[in-house]
Parts: sequence; structure tokens; C-alpha cells
Amino acid sequence: MPTEAAELVFDEATKVYPGRDAAAVDHLSLTVPAGEICVLVGPSGGGKTTALKLVNRLIPLTSGYIRIDGRQIGDYDVTELRRSIGYVIQQVGLFPHMTIEGNIGTVPRLLGWKRERIRDRVGELLELVGLDPEEDRKRFPAELSGGQRQRVGLARALAANPALMLMDEPFGAIDPIVRARLQDEFLRLHREVRKTVVFVTHDVDEAIKVGDRIAILREGGRLAQYDTPQQILEHPVDDFVADFVGRDRALKALTLKTLGDLELSPATDDGLPRLSADTSLRDALAVAVAERREALLVVGPDGSPLGVAKREDLLR
Amino acid sequence: MTAQRFADGPVIPNFGKPSACLRDNGWFCTDWIHEHWGDTLQPALIQHIQLTLIAVGIGFAISFALALVALRFGFLDPPLGVFTDFLYTIPSLALFQLLVPLSGVTVTTVEIALVSYTLFILYRNIVVGLRSVPPEVLESARGMGLTRRQTFLRVELPLAMPAILAGLRIAVVATISIATVAAFLIEDGLGAPIFAAIGTPDLFKTELVAAGGLAILLALTADALLTLAQRALTPWNRVR
Repeated sequence: MPTEAAELVFDEATKVYPGRDAAAVDHLSLTVPAGEICVLVGPSGGGKTTALKLVNRLIPLTSGYIRIDGRQIGDYDVTELRRSIGYVIQQVGLFPHMTIEGNIGTVPRLLGWKRERIRDRVGELLELVGLDPEEDRKRFPAELSGGQRQRVGLARALAANPALMLMDEPFGAIDPIVRARLQDEFLRLHREVRKTVVFVTHDVDEAIKVGDRIAILREGGRLAQYDTPQQILEHPVDDFVADFVGRDRALKALTLKTLGDLELSPATDDGLPRLSADTSLRDALAVAVAERREALLVVGPDGSPLGVAKREDLLR
Repeated sequence: MTAQRFADGPVIPNFGKPSACLRDNGWFCTDWIHEHWGDTLQPALIQHIQLTLIAVGIGFAISFALALVALRFGFLDPPLGVFTDFLYTIPSLALFQLLVPLSGVTVTTVEIALVSYTLFILYRNIVVGLRSVPPEVLESARGMGLTRRQTFLRVELPLAMPAILAGLRIAVVATISIATVAAFLIEDGLGAPIFAAIGTPDLFKTELVAAGGLAILLALTADALLTLAQRALTPWNRVR
């Protein structure tokens, strides 16, 4: 498997658990382009986690195909396949008896990397996920907070530089404030190391924030819609999707754009609320409503005025 | 049968030139201990350690194998648990007598009995230890591509260590204590000088105290060593 990003294809992938009549994943077909984040979202019973675990064969396919860069997963040696895919789960599952360094170095050790190479890689990854490369590597998981542990989980999954990452509700057990920060860091990290990512969540807002594309699965593991967040919010294919994304989908769509994306009117500084260009339209609207203003002043990172956004511009 | 053996022995032990302490049957006559360290106490101590190590060693191997079987075939765990439990309830003297027709008045008989007692403690602790590994840890191990064998050796076994070592500690201390009863059957271990002292007409106190004290000291030392080993082998348990 290439170590850059890989294209992942579900081709009529189906899972029926033994002894059940109904499928858990039903003829799922979708393509995740290399380097993109695909979020699987849907109500419980939608088969999101099952679909994810089909990829690294933690759950065997009943029928259909899954291909990574054109090669069927069944053609790989299962151990080799799993070692080449990063895997992150909600409960993290760090090894409590190993230090952070030992945890992150797990797959590289299995792959027979030299000691110094593993040590360097661990330092690099700790830095990447925002932990101290010297202090934190010697700690045990029990000494870290939930958020720190999930960062280690992410670093561990990235250790052998996999072309594909599978993330099963990675931030689901973390409190909202830390979760938002981890999502931001994850997106920053993804811009640095463009892996193909399949990300499972039950939280629509997280899906919209994190996903390049969103696959909405309905009960019985059937794909309801697979599209960009923008398309899903603006053009839900049916009532199920519209219901699932929520009545406030128009507002959610505003989170996808920032003030910087708008065409601004010339700046006039007459005491308007000042907002930076990277503020989302939703937050900008919230400020406009709260302050009862018809316009906002958009400023650059250095605080210099860029222009004025009118309230109706936000809603266009 | 055993009472016979003591009756055959010299009724009054030969103390050579007895000191005042010995003439008065004192509690701790250093001259006797000095004189008989080499021919009585030290050999008994070494035999005692051997009895214990062999019993715990074999007991551990059997328990480990049984635990693996029980984990693989879950339905076997309850009967195995009841079986080892049952063995533990048999009084040691009764078990010796039951075994004599099978294996004679030998060290083997003693070891079979001692091993039987270790099974109860070791089997339970190994099973509990291996079962205590959190499911998400096993899932992440599998997802990262550890083979079944690697998962066992690198994850399950180390995580079961605290429970296994705790069991080992109890088993060793218990066996050191029970092994003194071996002298009921054979003249091995620290039980032999204890029995000899009890067998004298007016209870030879120095020998009783010296041998009994050695047994206690041995148990305490073993306990301390295993506690240190436990700490050294499970550093992750000391954090938090």
C-alpha cells in the first residue's frame, strides 16, 4: 500500500450478521478520493461502525467489495492490512502497561523499525499532536487526561504513516470544549498530513465541521446521501436526510463559510462590531442579531479593516 | 504410623555438653543453634525452600494451562473452579493419608498435596487477571494488526501480571506454611525439627522456636521479594 493517501472504494459492500435477516450494511457503494475526509453519519442502527470495521476486516464482508487503491482488501494478508491502516476508537484503547512512547511505537515495532527511527518518529508525532516530546513520552496512559489520551491514540494510529485512517467516534467521549479543540487540531493536522480518512460520528455538527464529504446512512445500513456538507445542507435528497440534518440546516450551512469568503462593501468605520475574516457566517449572524446591527466590520489578522459585511450578505 | 516413628527415636536428644540454657530447656539457646545449624537447621531450611519452589512451580504450570483452557472454552471455567476449590478444602493430613496408597511415603506424595493447594489460588488469579484486560484494549490491539499470539504475549499477559503475581505471593506464603506438615510423612523441611522438638518428653523449646522462626522468616522474606518483583514488573500500577 502506498504511504501517501489512498483511494478507498466501497463497491456494493454488504454485511449480514449471522442469524439476522436484515443487513447491517446494505449494498454500500461510495468512493472516498485520496486525501479526503469522509464522515459516516446516521442514526444508531445505521451500520456506520460496521461499515468502518469492514475496511480493516475486523468484521468480514458478507458480499461485495472494498478496494484500497484498486486492490481488494481480501487480497491483503489481514495482519499486514491492519498494520497499514491507522485505527482510532472512541475509548482509545491505549495499552495501560506501556509508556506513551511504547504505545505510539507499537506498529513500527511490529514492522521491525530500528530503535532510533522509532524514537525520532515518536518525538515528531508527539509534537504534531501537541504533546511534549520529551516529558510526555515517558508517561503512562493513566497519567494523561482524556483529551491527551485521544491525542496519543491519534499519534499511535499515524505512527507507521498509513495511507488510510479509520476513526470510530474518536472524540465522542470527550467534553464539548476539548472536543471542539481536538476537531480543530485534527483538521489542522489533516492539512499537514493528507491521509484518506473515514470518520464515524453520530453528531451531525461534527460531520459538517470535519467532513470533506458526508455519507448519511439510514437504518439497515442503506446510503441515503453521499455529498459535500454544503450540498447535503442545501439540497437534502429526501425527508429523512432533511430531518436528520435538522431544521436549522440553513443556519448550519452558514458555518461552512467565513466572512472572508464574502464580497465586502468598502470599509466605513462608524462604530460597527469588528469581526475577524475567519469568523464563520453563523457566528457573524449571531453577533449581528445580538447587537441589533445591519452590518459588521470585517478585519484582517492584523486588525486592519477589510470591508463591511451587511446582514443580508450573510444570508445570501 | 507416624507417631511410631517418633517413639523409635532417642527419647532424650543427645546435646553433647549441654549449656545451662539447654539444661533448663530455655526458649532460645544460641549454643545449640550454633552447633546444629549445619546438621539440622540449614538442611531443613534448604529442603523447605525446595519443597516450596517445586510445589509452586508445578502448581503454576498446571494452573496456567488450566486457565488457558478455561479462557478458550468458557464452559470449562466453572467446573475447573469448583475442582480446585474442592482440592483446597481437603485437610492436608487427610490428603497425605489418601495419597499414601498411591504414591507411598515419599516426597512425591507431599508435593502432590502441596501442588493441589496452590491450584486454587493460582488458577483463580490467572483467570481473573487475563479476563480483566479491557475490551477496548483488545480491540485496538487487533485493529493495529497484532496477531493472536502477539496480543497474548504483549498485551494480555503483562496486564494480567498484577493479579498473577498477587496469586503467586499468596501461594508461596501459604505453601511455606503448609509444607511444615510434610514432616508428618517424610523427614524433609522445617517441619522435621519442629516435629522432633514436639516429640521430646518435655518439649525442646529452642529447636521448636528456631525451626518455627525460620519458617516464619522464610515466609516473610518470600513475601517481601515477591512484593518487590511485583513493583518492578508492573511500573504502570504505581502511577496515578
